[in-house]
Parts: sequence; C-alpha cells; structure tokens
Amino acid sequence: MDLSLSQEQQLIQQMAAKFARTELEPLAQKLDHSGDRSAFLANLKKLAELGFMGLNIDAQYQGTEAGSVAFSLAITEIARACAATAVTMSVTNMVGEVIQSVASNAQKQQYLPKLCSGEYAAGAFCLTESSAGSDPANMKTSAVLEGENWILNGAKQFISSAEYAGVFVVWAVTDTSMAKGKGISCFLVEQGTAGMSIGKAEQKMGQKASVTNEVLFDQCRIPQDALMGELNQGFKIAVTELAGGRIGIGSLALGIALAAMDYARNYTLERKQFGQVIAKFQGLQWMMADAYTELEAARLLLMSAADKKQRGLAFSKEASMAKLYASEKANQACYTALQLLGGYGYISEYPLERYARDVRITSIYEGSSEIQRVIISRELLKEVS
Amino acid sequence: MKVLVTVKRVIDYNVKVRVKADGSDVDLNNVKMAMNPFCEIAVEEAIRLKESGTATEVIAVSVGPKACQEQLRTALALGADRAIHIESEAQLESLNVAKLLAKVIEQEQPGVVILGKQAIDTDNNQTGQMLSALTGMAQGTFASKIDIQGDKAVVIREVDGGLQTIELAMPIIATTDLRLNEPRYASLPNIMKAKRKPLEVKTPEELGVSIKAHTKLLSVGAPAERKAGIKVASVAELVDKLKNEAKVI
Ligand SMILES: Cc1cc2nc3c(=O)[nH]c(=O)nc-3n(C[C@H](O)[C@H](O)[C@H](O)COP(=O)(O)OP(=O)(O)OC[C@H]3O[C@@H](n4cnc5c(N)ncnc54)[C@H](O)[C@@H]3O)c2cc1C
Repeated sequence: MDLSLSQEQQLIQQMAAKFARTELEPLAQKLDHSGDRSAFLANLKKLAELGFMGLNIDAQYQGTEAGSVAFSLAITEIARACAATAVTMSVTNMVGEVIQSVASNAQKQQYLPKLCSGEYAAGAFCLTESSAGSDPANMKTSAVLEGENWILNGAKQFISSAEYAGVFVVWAVTDTSMAKGKGISCFLVEQGTAGMSIGKAEQKMGQKASVTNEVLFDQCRIPQDALMGELNQGFKIAVTELAGGRIGIGSLALGIALAAMDYARNYTLERKQFGQVIAKFQGLQWMMADAYTELEAARLLLMSAADKKQRGLAFSKEASMAKLYASEKANQACYTALQLLGGYGYISEYPLERYARDVRITSIYEGSSEIQRVIISRELLKEVS
Repeated sequence: MKVLVTVKRVIDYNVKVRVKADGSDVDLNNVKMAMNPFCEIAVEEAIRLKESGTATEVIAVSVGPKACQEQLRTALALGADRAIHIESEAQLESLNVAKLLAKVIEQEQPGVVILGKQAIDTDNNQTGQMLSALTGMAQGTFASKIDIQGDKAVVIREVDGGLQTIELAMPIIATTDLRLNEPRYASLPNIMKAKRKPLEVKTPEELGVSIKAHTKLLSVGAPAERKAGIKVASVAELVDKLKNEAKVI
C-alpha cells in the first residue's frame, strides 16, 4: 500500500497552493467584508484557464483529466485562502461531472468546454426547494412535455452561483403518478432562458462572495432535448453525483480548518502571557495535537474516498464518512484555532472569525451531518441484511 | 536555436528557515521545497523566447538529488520541451555546478543559457559568472531585459546606479533579476502532459566531472533576534542618539 501522491498530484497541489496564496488570499478578507464581484469573477476565470474547473473532465472536452484525488487536493488548497472561491469551484466541477456521466454527446459538446474554459463563470446545481432540503425527493418543481418543449414550473432554494452561472442542472418531477423519488428527471437550463428568474441574494453568515439565490421557473420553456439522462431516472443521478460533491465539500472544510490551525499555531509561538510564549502551555499544546490529528484523519478519509472514486469502485459510504468527519472536525478545529487567539480570534482584523463563519455551512450543505449518518448507517445495515 | 535554462531546488520562499540543533546546517527535514524564484524567471524567459519564435527548443537542467526531478517536471509543465537531471547527492558548490553545466553546454550547443542570478538558499551569485569563464561565452548578469538580435544580444542589467545596457556576441549566458518578467502559473492540463516529456538522467561521472569540495561548512547559526526598539520624545533626542549612541551620523 502506497499512500504517497503521484508527481502530477503533487504539482497540482503546489500550483493550487501558489495560486491561492498569491491571487486569492490577499482578496479574501475584502470579499468577505464588502464584496467585489468583478474581482471574484476574474479569479474564477483565471482558475478555469488554469484547468481548475474541469479537474475530472476528459481532455476531449477541455478538462484536466486529473482524477478525484487531484480534485480533492486542489479544493483544499484553494479553500485555505478563500472558501467562497472553493465552493464555486467544487460545485462547478460537480456540475461538469454530472454532465460528463449522464448527458448525451451533443450536450457534453455543448456545455463541458464552456464550463472548463471559463466561458461560463460557474455551473449551478438546482436540487433543493423550500419544502425539499434534506428530503429532495419531496420536490414540487414540475416539468411537463408540451409538443417539442418541456415546461418548467416551481422554485429552487439556496442555489449557489445562480446570478452568474452559465448553465443550471435542474431536477423536476416528470411523472406525478410514480412513487416518491421515482418520477424525477434532470434538465439542463441555460442562464437567461425566458421564464427562469433569479431571486434576491441571501444574506449569509459566511462564504459571502459566493452568491446564493432562489431560482424561479414560471412557464419556463426549454427544448425537448434539454432532458439530461433517462426520463424519470433523475433522482438516482442526484444521489450518485452528490456523493462526488461530498468529497469536494469535505476537502473544502479541511482547507479552511488547516488555514485556521496553521494561523493559530504560528500565533502561539509569538503571543506571550505569564512571561512566556503561550505555546509553552500544555493545555494549548494538547488542543493543537488533537485538532491536527483529527484533520489528518479527515484528510486520509477524503483521500481514500477520492481514490476509490477514481478507481471506479463504490465510494458513496466512504464519501459520506469523509464529509461527515471532515466537516465536523473542521468546525471544531476552527473554534479551537479561534480560542488559541483569545480575544484577537473574535476580531475581524484577524482571519479566524471569518474561518469560523465560512466553515459552518460545510456540515449542512450537500447533505447535513445527520443525513450523512443516515446514508452511512443505511449502507452499513444493507451490508449485513 | 536551443535555450538552456537552469533550475535549482531550494526551500520554498514562504517557509521559515530553521537551523539544525547541532548548528551543522539548515534543517531540511519535512520542509517544503520549491523552484528557486530566480530560476522561475529564467524558465519564463526561455519559454517566451520560444513563443516569440526566437528559440526552437527549451531544455531545463537541474543538478542535485533525485527530488530535483520535481522541479524539472514543473519546468516541463511550464513549457520546457525536455529536461536533463544531473544526479548527485554531494554538497555541491557553485564551481562544481558550473563545470557540470559547461559539459551540458558542450553537448547541447545552446544559443542562450539562462540562470537565476542567485539561489535563495545559499545566495552565492556566482554560478553564471563561473560558467561564462569556463565556456568563454559572453555574460549578461542581473538581466532585466534580454533582446536577441541575430548574432548579437542586447541585455539591460540592473546595477547599483540604475540600468546598464550592454551588447553581447552570441552565444550568451544571462542571469535573471527580479524585474525581467512575471512568471506564469503552470496550467493543470500542462502539468498532466509534462509526464510524457523526456527527462534524461546523467551522473557527474558520465559527464567526466569529479565533484571537489573547495570550502568547508563550519557552522550555521540563526540570525540574531532583533531587540525591541525605543521611543524617542523629540527629533533632537533622535539626532542625539543617532550621533552619540548609534554613531551613524
Ligand atoms: C450557502 C448555501 C448554499 C447552498 N447551495 C446549494 C446548491 O447550490 N444547490 C442545492 O440544491 N442546494 C444548495 N443548498 C441547500 C442545502 O443543500 C440544504 O440547505 C441542505 O441540504 C439542508 O436542507 P434544509 O436547509 O432544507 O434543512 P432541513 O432538511 O430542513 O433540515 C433541518 C434539520 O433537520 C435535520 N434532518 C432532516 N432530515 C433528517 C433525518 N432524516 N434524520 C435526522 N435529521 C434530519 C437536518 O440535518 C437539519 O439539522 C445550499 C444551502 C446553503 C445554506
């Protein structure tokens, strides 16, 4: 068994770290405080041009074809500097992967190069609704075939990047007579399609540069061939693709937590109280030891899930375990790091309070920790029953 | 025309350097390594020469342990066409490196050789100059602009007083200063393609160079810690202290 990274994976990790440090880090605080949409979008464009928006997409569609391990490594490095950029990158990669795995050749040709090259600033994943969060099968958005067109009606909630995404993967009920979760299909909808409108941006606790909106469909007419994958098989697509996305969100959580702990570790060697640097206090040393140990375990879970995915093995349980553990431990680590800075951790001039706000959502979106436990236990019991 | 560009593996510039407890050297255990920033500028310049049609091939070369291949792969990902690794675990001094590079130049016959003006680990600033002496090639050090014009090259050098423009007969050796260019990022697809580019490994013996130690490292120490400053009440007091205590004016 060899746990080391390949040379390409190492180079991608280094490149991501360098880009994050030079291009993203200097801007992250400003993006959080006052926002700067054009600077944010400019960085997304640069990331796309360097190949970060299609890490796991085939080269024939202008993807990087670097695999899931490289994807996880890159997300972690980008998240160390700017979580809002990292989540946009993670979701856009996930949108690309759904298209690659289930779309028709024509759809792949149409959308993947635009997502990978940055012609589209981002991709959007429209699953959640106001009454369908943890329980997406309860969605109400509908699609009815009328002649040569599908007519979409309904509203999607909390859609990342909706204001600037070029293409939306939208789930809608296509057969109300079927059992819950069965009659759902998946569609590709372009930004600007008549009948689709973007609601106001939500005011959020963190990851503020990444916009989150309601997406409304009112008699939204899309061509018949906007259907992606098989009719009425859409829910399976969502479940499968979210497993890959979870590796992204776990990796993102890890990046924020490592940034927080690295900052705090350096701080404890500089800050003096009671006549000595605070790193000398054993109580703090143990906090640090525990946090880094848990983050290392999270990293290994993520790497293992990503490795399984890229080798074509079943990885959904592992992805849920990795997301559950990484996001929970990252939340704790950010609070530990903030505690290590004392009052300064609470002050906006220091990045700790931003890390603590940014990391909070990672144990909620793309399946809350509770839902990960539902998935994990279901798999575990299935194995023996 | 071929361009030969040198690449050194050094401690990443962001890392806080630690000295080994016994003072024998800098501690490299578990330390992040990277391409010397001046070498990054050299690679960028070489690639631009190729992109502008002045050069036809960019060859990256590195001397040192096996791990140097990581930096050579970076150079390949950035756009070098092939790489040569001269593998040696020895403590290399500039003169040894220059002798090895001179042999590579003899074999490859490049029109332009670009090196960093110095490496940020040992800060020697002498390999380029030594290489020029060994090969008889003209040198343009501390370059902030390199302009190849057929059988001559115009190099603008950063000198203490400002900028100096010199004209050199080709082939030339140039060493890079900070303002020569701004290195690009390697794109991820190019990183993936780099593994298919040729990387040749040679040894000093194969090149007919024996590594000799001319200096002995006695000890390495951390710089003295900066003491806390004091506040002065007035300009007069400041001038007095500068004159009578610091004795600098
Ligand atoms: C910033 C942000 C960005 C987002 N981006 C997107 C996006 O791009 N696309 C998209 O489709 N969605 C997106 N979401 C939605 C997100 O995935 C949902 O918020 C999440 O799935 C939880 O759904 P909910 O908010 O409705 O919570 P609810 O489902 O109402 O959950 C409330 C609580 O009940 C718990 N719970 C629910 N069911 C169970 C159960 N069976 N057992 C135990 N506990 C349970 C939950 O864990 C949670 O603690 C985003 C959300 C946010 C905040």
